[in-house]
Amino acid sequence: MELLNKSLRELGNLIRKKELKPSELLETLLKRIEETEEKLNAYITVTEEEARKRVEVADRELEKLSEDEIPELFGIPISIKDNINVEGVRMTCASKILKDFISPYDATVVKRLRERGAIFIGKNNLDEFAMGSSTETSYFGPTRNPWDLERVPGGSSGGSAAAVSARSALASLGSDTGGSIRQPASFCGVVGLKPTYGRVSRYGLTAFASSLDQIGPITKNVEDAALLMNIISGQDSKDATSAKVPVPDFLSSINGEVKGLKAGLPKEYFVEGIEPEVKEKVFEAVKRLESLGIEFEEISLPHTAYAVETYYIIAPAEASSNLGRFDGVRYTYRAKDYKDLIDMYKKTRAEGFGDEVKRRIMIGTYTLSAGYYDAYYLKAQKVRTLIYRDFEESFKKVDFIVTPVSPTTAFKIGERTDDPIKMYLSDIFTIAVNLAGLPALSMPCGFDSSGLPIGIQFIGKAFDEETILKVGNALEKELKLNTLPPL
Amino acid sequence: MRLTREEVLHIAHLARIELKEEEVEKFREQLSEILTFVEKLNELNTEGIDPKFQVIPAENVLREDIPGMSLPREKVFMNAPETDGEYFVVPKVVKK
Repeated sequence: MELLNKSLRELGNLIRKKELKPSELLETLLKRIEETEEKLNAYITVTEEEARKRVEVADRELEKLSEDEIPELFGIPISIKDNINVEGVRMTCASKILKDFISPYDATVVKRLRERGAIFIGKNNLDEFAMGSSTETSYFGPTRNPWDLERVPGGSSGGSAAAVSARSALASLGSDTGGSIRQPASFCGVVGLKPTYGRVSRYGLTAFASSLDQIGPITKNVEDAALLMNIISGQDSKDATSAKVPVPDFLSSINGEVKGLKAGLPKEYFVEGIEPEVKEKVFEAVKRLESLGIEFEEISLPHTAYAVETYYIIAPAEASSNLGRFDGVRYTYRAKDYKDLIDMYKKTRAEGFGDEVKRRIMIGTYTLSAGYYDAYYLKAQKVRTLIYRDFEESFKKVDFIVTPVSPTTAFKIGERTDDPIKMYLSDIFTIAVNLAGLPALSMPCGFDSSGLPIGIQFIGKAFDEETILKVGNALEKELKLNTLPPL
Repeated sequence: MRLTREEVLHIAHLARIELKEEEVEKFREQLSEILTFVEKLNELNTEGIDPKFQVIPAENVLREDIPGMSLPREKVFMNAPETDGEYFVVPKVVKK
């Protein structure tokens, strides 16, 4: 466990100095996966054999390379949310419709990690097609929270967050459309970063809502998130929405000065529906940040009260279009008995998709259909402008914004599955960030009285992940929480 | 917004999802609830506000017109439920 608790940089250094062999690290990790998987179900696929082959080669190569030739992730196993393509490995999106799909190519983020020496250990569980906040809609069964096996790990990147928390993954990549990296990170007591829209290439990520989706790291600590951001960020010719913005060295800037930074506390985020213990811990963290010389002021984001509603028009509309491709023609699953082509489509999709995915496709189909487009979709896109402007105004006064990640700690498995709207509200503090395209960091700031982790969220200006990572790193060092679950 | 049974069936048809009899009522309830929930947006006056389809400024992405590599055929078809090696095979769509 001591080895698996080390940061990516520490592990990289041990390997570089040839004090640790990639094969030793892999075997230690595989043993941990074996110990924990029965309880957690954090992985859909573990690519044990492939990883063993890769480290065997890495062990040999290591002998020949000099210290400065060895890239920072050399021989380090990383896990990937199962809606991101890793060549030759099954990618299910936690759906029956893709249960046998094999990725024909690497996502750009995977390719970039590979180039820095990483190997891939497996694919993490998620809500079907990343639609959900609890990892309960997975065709492969729910993932459990390592802090309390009766509770959800959050979602949709629940497998990634649970695995990183239980140390059955060293680090993982997730995707975030409305909070899917940050909310599970918060529920599991780990760090999750949703980068600015356009910061990281989406090529090879199965599209859910294309104007909101973004890939980001889920890690044990802020430094690991910064390290992974250095590798996965930057423009990609294969994703036309990836931005032509220079990528700073996030790793070197995390230790920068935080004194004198200005932070905003949105008054609308600390009112109704939030658990008192969550509020208390977030304010305690604020006090600690104040002691480091960060100045706080109250700000107002009046339109964020409409963010969840806006999201539940825009995201399903985009999803209904994106998921049109799963029709039984190109992607593995096809129903067996059908009358004609239309019937084949209908039966394939009826059998292949779960309820939440069907609900969202139908909502999107309805709001985009003739006669309703203006009332729903166009209206929502206009409200999105208002939400965006709220942030724009606030960022004239402050450098970053502080909020809770979710109004509650991890809830019980089954508690919200029959109530879609109650489920949707667990993302009330994270959704506006996606609508505005901003970066946001989720990290642990304490525990509630039952010992469940509580998360704090730092929202940054567009393309200013540096500030929120720097503040996160400072808070982490100040709090020194023990984030290892009793598993 | 309360959807009728016919509306649910129409949406399902447009979405190409076959619904079982018992699902029609369940989805009628749930979809109606979600549509009622999002109606809150009508409280806001959005007259004169432009929609924000994309949050980062859209830029033309150009490249030199040089042919590059695309996926080889065997990779394109490796996940096809039915293929003859050159095409995806689907049920016959033209009638005699």
